[in-house]
Amino acid sequence: MAQQKTDGLIAPTRRAVLKGVAATGLATAMPGHLYGATDEPIRVGFQVHRTGIGASYGRWYDRTTTAAARVINEAGGINGRPLEIIAEDDGTDPKRGAEVLEKFANQHNCDIAYGTLFSHVVIGSAPRAAELKLPYFVVSEGHHVASGMLNRYTLQPGITDVKSQVQAMAPFVAANLGKKVTMIYPDFAFGHNHRDFFGDAIEKEGGQVVAKIAIPPTETSFTRYFPQIPRETEVIYHVMVGPAVLTFVKEMGEFFGPSSPEIFGFIDSLEAVDLATPGLEFLDGSFFWEGHPRYAQPDQTEYDKFYREQVGVDENGASVDDPRDVSTYSHMFACWETLHVIKDGMEAAGYKGPQDRAALIEAVEAMTDMPESRAHPQGPKIFNGKTHQVFGVQYISQVNGGRLDVKHVTSIEDGLYPDEVDYTTQPL
Amino acid sequence: MDFGPHLLLAMLEGLVQASVLTLTALGLSLVFGVMRVVNVAHGEFFMLGAVLAWWITFLVGGPPALAFIVALLVAPLLVGTIAAAADWLVLRRIDYDPERTIVATIGLLYIIQQLTLMSYGPDARPVAPPFNTRLALPWFEFGSGGVQIYWPWGLSITSYKLFVIFAALLTGLALWAVMARSRLGLILRATQQDRETAQAFGVPVERVYALVFGLGAALAALGATLVVPIQQAHYLMGGDPLLLSFIVVIIGGLGSLRGTVVAAILIGMSDGIISVFFSPTLAKMLATLLVAMVLVFRPQGLFGSKPA
Repeated sequence: MAQQKTDGLIAPTRRAVLKGVAATGLATAMPGHLYGATDEPIRVGFQVHRTGIGASYGRWYDRTTTAAARVINEAGGINGRPLEIIAEDDGTDPKRGAEVLEKFANQHNCDIAYGTLFSHVVIGSAPRAAELKLPYFVVSEGHHVASGMLNRYTLQPGITDVKSQVQAMAPFVAANLGKKVTMIYPDFAFGHNHRDFFGDAIEKEGGQVVAKIAIPPTETSFTRYFPQIPRETEVIYHVMVGPAVLTFVKEMGEFFGPSSPEIFGFIDSLEAVDLATPGLEFLDGSFFWEGHPRYAQPDQTEYDKFYREQVGVDENGASVDDPRDVSTYSHMFACWETLHVIKDGMEAAGYKGPQDRAALIEAVEAMTDMPESRAHPQGPKIFNGKTHQVFGVQYISQVNGGRLDVKHVTSIEDGLYPDEVDYTTQPL
Repeated sequence: MDFGPHLLLAMLEGLVQASVLTLTALGLSLVFGVMRVVNVAHGEFFMLGAVLAWWITFLVGGPPALAFIVALLVAPLLVGTIAAAADWLVLRRIDYDPERTIVATIGLLYIIQQLTLMSYGPDARPVAPPFNTRLALPWFEFGSGGVQIYWPWGLSITSYKLFVIFAALLTGLALWAVMARSRLGLILRATQQDRETAQAFGVPVERVYALVFGLGAALAALGATLVVPIQQAHYLMGGDPLLLSFIVVIIGGLGSLRGTVVAAILIGMSDGIISVFFSPTLAKMLATLLVAMVLVFRPQGLFGSKPA
């Protein structure tokens, strides 16, 4: 028996092949006969960083997406049809990202694509989305959408872009921490957004950037970069990504020792890392930008509470199953919100299938106000249909005994800037 | 930062890097020297050492120092055993044929990397250092009142980084003692010089090969265990050590342990210093250029002997 099976695997007989073909054909033909067309799920291709340098983000983007899809389906789905998430690993790699979009469109028959974070993957994938005429909802916070670099098929309705974030941070940094800033950032598109926009923003506040230190995102050893920090620096502005973020922050503490300047970081430098890790004590009293407060605050909204419960995050921002598994709380809310925007857009467009993709994009472009709600637990937002970019509130938190307490919430207006593109003039 | 303290910091950072690199490259060099096997999976044995170190400290728990000591002893041993088993199961069966061993070790590379990804996952995980005190370092300057000692901003090292340098030095000396002074070293050197004659004199060459392959991997794993409290264990961390080890071994002379140590210190230090003053990319470019120069003008490496 076993012998037969092995033979079948290595050299299938003609009869076996024919049987297999017939069975496959039957299986593919079946659903059409059994179910009505309206029960056909809406397929969202989810481009996820399962492996590569974005993997910790990917794990939490996955959990948030699964939770949001479940909540949407429990409430009746989209236009009465269930939402189905089809996840594919992009390896945090631009080339693979474009291939994954191809698979969504041509193999999985997805209605739309969604989900990418790392900016180089977005930039590498977006042109393919336009060629495939596949609506591509990114969750990346890079300025590449609003800058006009991408195309009409790429939208970012869930998370504020870096240009807006840093513009909203600059007044706080200049007024509370200092005017002479040294920036440390990852040397790729996302980091360059920080470099390009924070300088202008801090100059408007009467400050200046005294040094810019770019570090490759795959770097593992950081002390050698720190001597470039000028002695006159009053504030360190740090933002780092990749698997070695903890080493980066620890070595920064070891470099400064007791005589540290003020430190302002983007929580990206410590996303998915426990703030109570040994070696991070020096951060006590320093400030972080947070997209969404990791630690449940005393004035926590009902919406944040609901969202936290559904995704499975405890009040310290870690998994309810494992307190050592810290979330990427400042970014992953945007997966939840983007899926809700997709639902609203599809319902507004009366979306039935791929022939309505253009109508979906026009429906999302027509959106403006997104009030704080269960669908938008991070806070209220305004969507700009011309630039395909959403704008929301930002949080500034202080490290206090190994947790983060929100000290300031910026307004949406703090982060607005003149349009740089009008995608609605491009053909669909 | 002033030039003097800056240079000192660069050298200290370079020395830490050179220490880990020395251990890793010694492993690669030993395997090539004795077995004539180009082990492309060497970087993955390094990674495996770091991942196992995390796993062991996680299982042992308790005070970080105790867990770390257990990891320092057990992780290289486990990796060495895995490597020896790989030698026994794979390399021996293809008769150590040069082309086929390269392909086989590429296969090993992917198997180890993907198994780690499937079991340990894609996250970078930290191991707590057994001790880690920041040591501020003084500098001197010649002022009007003679020599003055002061403490420059940022000039420091941690006690753990000093320990890494010390541990690498100790391991290097121990390896030298084994190779030069012990009966085991005699057997290894005999096998390296002439496999067939050694066999004729009763050296169990196959077992020696398995031992050497295991020892080479264990050295890489030891380097990784030492570095994992500074960096973190991650399934893709084997790439850089592999590249740098090959650079070191080619410059030092394939199979020459002395050449490997000298080249590792040269590359580690220059990488540290060039990275600090210019950029890490330039450091890698210069190292690669040096390899090209060595290959053109002295193909046997700085300390290698000319092929007969």
